[in-house]
Amino acid sequence: MIKIGDSSSKNAELDLSTRIAGVTFKNPIVMASGTFGFGKEYAKYYDVNELGGISGKGLTLQAKAGNQGTRVYETASGMLNSVGLENPGVSAFLEKECAYWETLDTARIVNLGGNTFEDYVTGAELIQKDADARGSKAVDMIELNISCPNVKEGGIAFGIRTCDARELVRAVRRATSLPLSVKLSPNAEDIADMALMCQEEGADAVSLINTISGMKIDVRRRRSVFNNLYAGLSGPAIKPIALRMVHQVAKRVDIPVIGMGGISSATDIVEFIMAGAAVVQVGTYNFMNMRAGQDLLRGLREFMIEENIASLDEIRGIV
Amino acid sequence: MGTVISNERLADNVYHLRVSGDYGGETGQFYMLRAWGAYPVLSRPLSIHQVEDDGIEFLYHVVGEGTELFSQLTPGDSINLEGPFGSGFPAVTGRVALVGGGIGIAPLLYCAREIPGCDVYLGFSREPFRTEEFRPYAAKLTVDVGGLILDNVDFAEYDHIFVCGPHPMLKAAQLKGIAAATSGSPVNVYLSLENRMACGIGACLVCSVSCKDGQRKACADGPVFLAEEVVFHD
Repeated sequence: MIKIGDSSSKNAELDLSTRIAGVTFKNPIVMASGTFGFGKEYAKYYDVNELGGISGKGLTLQAKAGNQGTRVYETASGMLNSVGLENPGVSAFLEKECAYWETLDTARIVNLGGNTFEDYVTGAELIQKDADARGSKAVDMIELNISCPNVKEGGIAFGIRTCDARELVRAVRRATSLPLSVKLSPNAEDIADMALMCQEEGADAVSLINTISGMKIDVRRRRSVFNNLYAGLSGPAIKPIALRMVHQVAKRVDIPVIGMGGISSATDIVEFIMAGAAVVQVGTYNFMNMRAGQDLLRGLREFMIEENIASLDEIRGIV
Repeated sequence: MGTVISNERLADNVYHLRVSGDYGGETGQFYMLRAWGAYPVLSRPLSIHQVEDDGIEFLYHVVGEGTELFSQLTPGDSINLEGPFGSGFPAVTGRVALVGGGIGIAPLLYCAREIPGCDVYLGFSREPFRTEEFRPYAAKLTVDVGGLILDNVDFAEYDHIFVCGPHPMLKAAQLKGIAAATSGSPVNVYLSLENRMACGIGACLVCSVSCKDGQRKACADGPVFLAEEVVFHD
């Protein structure tokens, strides 16, 4: 087991922590949904408790087998995925995975997707009921995924038009008292309007961006490589777009912004923080470097020392 | 980080890569290899061809940008290896056949070494490669070029058959196994699947495999599966 933290006195003075809706993130590095399982897999390679947080594999009310056919295809500096929210379902997660999450010393975020309006609300109610019944805490926050481009029903259908999303965010807000972040789509008509709506409906934060809808055609077979035609683009290729959107949204809302999109270096994290992100999520980079969390944290500490930054609050939203 | 000992071209677009270092693993397991920086984004899963005291060996077929970059490696170059990952072939006794098609022979040499006395069937569409390396371990070695290697295998003769090759070959092996069992010759057919992967450790679900009991992961639950458990969709 390799420890991420550096115990030198100089590093110990650095303040990388922040709080969102009462939840402490010891540093801004959160692993993004869909890229980190429920944390166990990567825990074999480094101490995931050193992370700021983990957003678990996207859950739907019922288990989903995900999409058939090609599920990933590489692009220039990125990848398209069409996993289609394969997951064990909310109840199976609460029964089988939460015991492990109870043992973690990092912010634990349930990413909640859905096919229908009722799926989302019932899922949120189940998570709330479990949180009420559980003696110790296993879930710190719900991240409402209204932006998955890879499921035919629900998912992004709620994430395009602000008026469609409003009712859903309102209903989920009523269904749970857990801190709530809404994960937004870059494919939304106006992502800043969407974020403002989330704030108005009582969301504690917004997470952005989810993958960008993209496509790859097999020219010899004369068809899309994906059974669903389109897939979600992630990775370094989308970082400039994500950064711009985080900047736009952070200027418009008063609630914290959880920024993500193609982060693959410590300076990428700093860019997002400077654009106004409270914390960031790291996704595709986990596939480029299986010790991403440990390496990014080390790099972020080194950057802060080099730039004489004692607290990330000094640079948050500075641009 | 490993160091390339050699990277020899064996046939059209097929290479034999040897990397120095202390690397282990069981038969049928794989490593995620990376010989570049940020791009290509994903590392490439390659099954273990052979484990030696001073290093590890892989066979690969150049099919895309990643394997193209592997083909340009020369002795002394650095390469990043993570692994070993996955669940490989089971330890078995009895009458065993190893059946490989094309680059699918890659994980079978290590198996042959671990199961002395097995029968080995190797099939190639055009140019055979690495066939003689199997001879010291095989009770019987059958090499077929241009045909269907499975046509040479009498499933009724074996207790266990390990198969690795192209998708149609795996499906055919599954059907032959079922047919043998139905006609009173039960045989355990194990398939080593080659799926696209992203994480390699069971987190991303990109390599999901449809099985009779639900979705499983080629990287963590496999890549080796009992043939009768796998549900082929095409």
